[in-house]
Amino acid sequence: MRFSGSTTYVTTRDLNLAVNAAITLQRPLLIKGEPGTGKTMLAEEVAAALGLPLFQWHIKSTTKAQQGLYEYDAVSRLRDSQLGEARVADIGSYIVKGVLWQAFECETASVVLIDEIDKADIEFPNDLLRELDRMEFFVYETRQTVRARQRPVVFITSNNEKELPDAFLRRCFFHYIRFPDKETMKSIVDVHFPGLKPALLREALEVFFELREIPGLKKKPSTSELLDWLKLLLAEDIPPDVLRSKDQKAAIPPLHGALLKNEQDVHLFERLIFMARHNR
Amino acid sequence: MLIDFFLHLKARRLPVSINEFLALLEALQQHVIEHSIDDFYLLARAVLVKDESHFDKFDRAFGEYFKGVEALPGMEVLIPEDWLRRAVKKHLSDAERARLERLGWEKLMETFRQRLAEQKERHSGGSKWIGSGGSSPFGHGGTHPEGIRLGGRSENRSAVKVWEKREYRNLDDSVELGTRNIKVALRRLRRFAREGAAEELDLEGTIAGTARNAGWLDLKLRPERHNAVKVLLLLDIGGSMDDHIRVCEELFSACRSEFKHLEHYYFHNCVYDYLWRDNRRRHSERIPTQDVLHKYGNDYKLIFVGDASMSPYELLQPNGSIEFNNAEPGAAWLRRLADTWPHSIWLNPESEHSWPYRQSTSLIHNLLGGRMFPLTLDGLERGMRLLSK
Repeated sequence: MRFSGSTTYVTTRDLNLAVNAAITLQRPLLIKGEPGTGKTMLAEEVAAALGLPLFQWHIKSTTKAQQGLYEYDAVSRLRDSQLGEARVADIGSYIVKGVLWQAFECETASVVLIDEIDKADIEFPNDLLRELDRMEFFVYETRQTVRARQRPVVFITSNNEKELPDAFLRRCFFHYIRFPDKETMKSIVDVHFPGLKPALLREALEVFFELREIPGLKKKPSTSELLDWLKLLLAEDIPPDVLRSKDQKAAIPPLHGALLKNEQDVHLFERLIFMARHNR
Repeated sequence: MLIDFFLHLKARRLPVSINEFLALLEALQQHVIEHSIDDFYLLARAVLVKDESHFDKFDRAFGEYFKGVEALPGMEVLIPEDWLRRAVKKHLSDAERARLERLGWEKLMETFRQRLAEQKERHSGGSKWIGSGGSSPFGHGGTHPEGIRLGGRSENRSAVKVWEKREYRNLDDSVELGTRNIKVALRRLRRFAREGAAEELDLEGTIAGTARNAGWLDLKLRPERHNAVKVLLLLDIGGSMDDHIRVCEELFSACRSEFKHLEHYYFHNCVYDYLWRDNRRRHSERIPTQDVLHKYGNDYKLIFVGDASMSPYELLQPNGSIEFNNAEPGAAWLRRLADTWPHSIWLNPESEHSWPYRQSTSLIHNLLGGRMFPLTLDGLERGMRLLSK
C-alpha cells in the first residue's frame, strides 16, 4: 500500500513520505497546519486512493475518549427492565459501538480519521494512549477484549488550539502541512478547476498572495477560501483585466468577501486601499 | 547505527525518545525510503519531531550532524575535505589572507566555527552579524559566511539546502513555559460546580427516587460539572513590560481556554483611575476602575501580571503617574483592589532574585502581603495553590 496523491488532491513529497511511513509502520499520523490546508481531506483521499473504508470521528469539546470505543446505554436498559423486555438479560444489546470499535472489527484494513483532536478536553489524548498503541481495549460490561483484526491507518488532525501531551506525541508520526507555494497552489487550482483560463488564474493567484502579505489580518485567506473565491469568479464570469487594474491600485478585488472572513480584516483592507489611493 | 545521530539530537535539546528512535530504525529496515539523504531527512523529521516549533531546531541539528554527508548514514559515509578552508581561501584577497594568517589558521577556523554556530543560535539571521563586526577577523565585505558556505559546496549537494533554508524559524519557541505547562498549573484553580442544562444521570438521586416510588423507575438528571472558577486578570502593558509580552501572551491564551469566566483589563505600570480592555484604543475606550471594582463579585480571583518596576513616586505620590494626573497614589488603588478581592496574587515575569533590589517591587510585594510570585512554572504553582485555598 503506497499513497502518492490523487487526481483531486495534490500532495507534496514530504507529505507522501509521512503518509507512507505511517502506513508501513502502522503508527497514527498527526497532521497539523493552517486551517484550510486540507488536513481533513487527506484521510478521505488516502481512503479513496487505497480503496479502504473510512471511519470518521469528529471531536467536539464535549467528546470523551470512551465514546470512540463504546457506550453502555444503561438508561434504556433500565427502562426496558421496567417494561419486562426479553432482551434485557443480554447486556451486549445495550452496548453501542464507537468509531474505533467499528474500525477494529472491520474485515479489511481501514482508515480512521480523528478530526480536530485539540477541541477535546486536555486529557482526551491521554485516554487513548493504549488504544492507539496496541489497537485493543477492554469492555468492562461484557468482559471481552476487542482487538483490531487489521491495524487501521489512523489520521489525527489538530489545529493547535491545545498542546498535546508528550506521551501521546511519542506514539504518532507527525506532519505539518505548510502553506503551499505558488507552484503547488497552481497545481491545486488546476486539479479543482481544469478549465480555468490561465490569465485569470495568474491574476487571481497574485491578488491572493498579495492579500496574504497584508500585515495584521486576523485570519489569512487559505487554500479552501481561494478555491471558493475562484468558484465565485468563474460563476460571475469576471474578465482577468478587472483583477489586474493595477494602475488604479485602489481597486478592491471583486467578491473579496469569499477571501476575508473577518469584519475587522475587511475594514483593515479597505483602509489600506484608501491610504494607497491618497498616497498617489 | 545512527546512535550518534540520536544522541546529537538529544544534545541539541530536541525532545526525542528511544521509542521514536527505534521506530525510525524500523522504518529504515522496512525500506520506507530509498537510500537518499533527502528522504531520510523527511522521514526522520516525521518520526522524531512532533511539533512544528521544533522543526527549526531539528533542521539545525540535522545540518550540523550531516554536514557534507551525501549518502545515507551507515551506508558509506562521505566526509568531504575541509571545504570551509578551501572556500575561505578562494574568497579572500592575498593581503587579507596574510593579515588573517597572523592570527593563526587553526585558531581562526575555530573562532570562525564558533561564530557561525553562535550566530545561528542567536537567530540574528545572516550577513549583518559577522559583517558589521568591524574588529572581528571576518568583518570585511565579501567574506560573508553564507557566501563561504555556498562557495564551498559542490553542485550536487542540493539536499543540504533543504534544511539550511530554515523555513520553520518563525515557529520556534524555546521557552520553558509552554502553554501546556501553564495550563496544567492553572488547572489547580479549577473548581467544579454544577451549572446549566440537566444532562447527566444522577445515579444516587435516581436510586433514592425509585425507592421512594416503590420500585417504579424515577430517572433523575443533573447538570454536568463545569469549571466555575472566575478570574479577573489585570495585565501591565507597554514600557518595561515589552520584554515579557510573549510570556504574558502565552499565559493569557492558556487562561482563555481554561476558564469560562475570565475577564481581563490592562493597565500601565500601576493601576489608577482607569483601566482598558483593548490596548489599541486605550485612550478612547477606558473604563473607570471604580466600575470594575463594583462589577465583579468578591468570588473572583484577581491576578495581576506585571514587572512592578517603576519609579516609587508612581506608587506613593498623587500625580505620580507618568501619563496621567492621578488624585490618589497608586498604592491606594492597589490596596483597594486587594481589599475587594481577597484572593489576589501578583505574577512577576522578572526573576525573583532581583525583587529586593527594586524599590517599587518590594513596595508592591509588601502591599499585597507577600503574594507576589515569579512567572515561572514553580511560581505559578505556588500562586495557584494560594489562590485555591
